[in-house]
Amino acid sequence: MQISLYRYNPETDSEPYMQNIDLEIPDGQDLMVLDVLHLLKEKDAGITFRRSCREGVCGSDGVNMNGANGLACITPLSSIVKKDKLVLRPLPGLPVIRDLIVDMQPFYQQYEKIKPYLVNDTPAPSIERLQTIEEREKLDGLYECILCACCSSACPSFWWNPDKFVGPSGLIQAYRFLIDSRDTATEDRLANLDDPFSVFRCRGIMNCVTVCPKGLNPTRAIGHIRDMLLKRAI
Amino acid sequence: MVTSVTNLGKSGVSDWLLQRVTAVILAAYTVFIVGFLLLNPELTFTQWSGLFETTWVRIFSLLSLISLGAHAWVGLWTVSTDYIKPTGLRFLFQAVVVIGLFVYVVWGIQILWGA
Ligand code: SF4
Ligand code: SF4
Ligand code: FES
Repeated sequence: MQISLYRYNPETDSEPYMQNIDLEIPDGQDLMVLDVLHLLKEKDAGITFRRSCREGVCGSDGVNMNGANGLACITPLSSIVKKDKLVLRPLPGLPVIRDLIVDMQPFYQQYEKIKPYLVNDTPAPSIERLQTIEEREKLDGLYECILCACCSSACPSFWWNPDKFVGPSGLIQAYRFLIDSRDTATEDRLANLDDPFSVFRCRGIMNCVTVCPKGLNPTRAIGHIRDMLLKRAI
Repeated sequence: MVTSVTNLGKSGVSDWLLQRVTAVILAAYTVFIVGFLLLNPELTFTQWSGLFETTWVRIFSLLSLISLGAHAWVGLWTVSTDYIKPTGLRFLFQAVVVIGLFVYVVWGIQILWGA
């Protein structure tokens, strides 16, 4: 298989370049892209990428594979390779540190902004704050986000305004806390989102939905936030 | 909360809502004018100017004109904040757009209520 790999080492390269590498894929096997990266690293130990769990739970190996963002560890070659060619690039829209490793700072800053923790100003109960089954169900499809950044880095609105638009990942998290029955800061949270950038830069292109490796739907969550903001304002 | 002073409304929701409402008004006005033209294939100047002499058509036209201004401002402001990164240039673009739209609206009022 022919691989075209994005290479950039700021200490030795003046600018990034694509390296072409031919790799023998063992017959009768459908490797994951992460396996391919490990095979490449055996050939050239300098090739740099992030990974940890290798089973789609930690969110550390988001990369751009033949143009689509996804987790290398759970993306089988058969699902993306066409004409025996695989192009591997870092997640778009984030500064590259080295090879496939990007600086996640702009992404985390947006996450931090939405206060990703429960805020409750009522006296703490002796054991725990209980939820009904229905209340708990509202968090399904939201809490599963692993912060891999595949969605935000596929979103044109996030590319143009990474410092102002919260992005699909931050917004799916924001909604997760907005509808949590145990959270009492709904009004503050909404007030912090009610500017022309944080939420309203979403144009509903749905790249985020297409790429999310956990099958989540940030666009729907964003729509719910917009409805909450509208109800609050009219 | 991101601070912004150059957008039209006072918040993201107001811009968003304004963009939708003005779009509906513009669509209705387009249907109205196109419909009128289709119903009057042999339109004369007297008919055409007579149409704009009716008060409600003038009000509807003015409403659409103002909607167009607001709609264009929200849209172009958004485009400028997406694509024009140098602050000075962005401000210049926004100023040109605002002045241009203002001129069009005033000019439109003059046409509608002029002789
Ligand atoms: S739907 Fe919104 S958040 Fe998702 S990719 Fe499109 S603009 Fe970005
Ligand atoms: S919403 Fe999906 S793509 Fe986005 S960060 Fe969470 S898990 Fe990753
Ligand atoms: S290595 Fe953990 S998600 Fe891929």
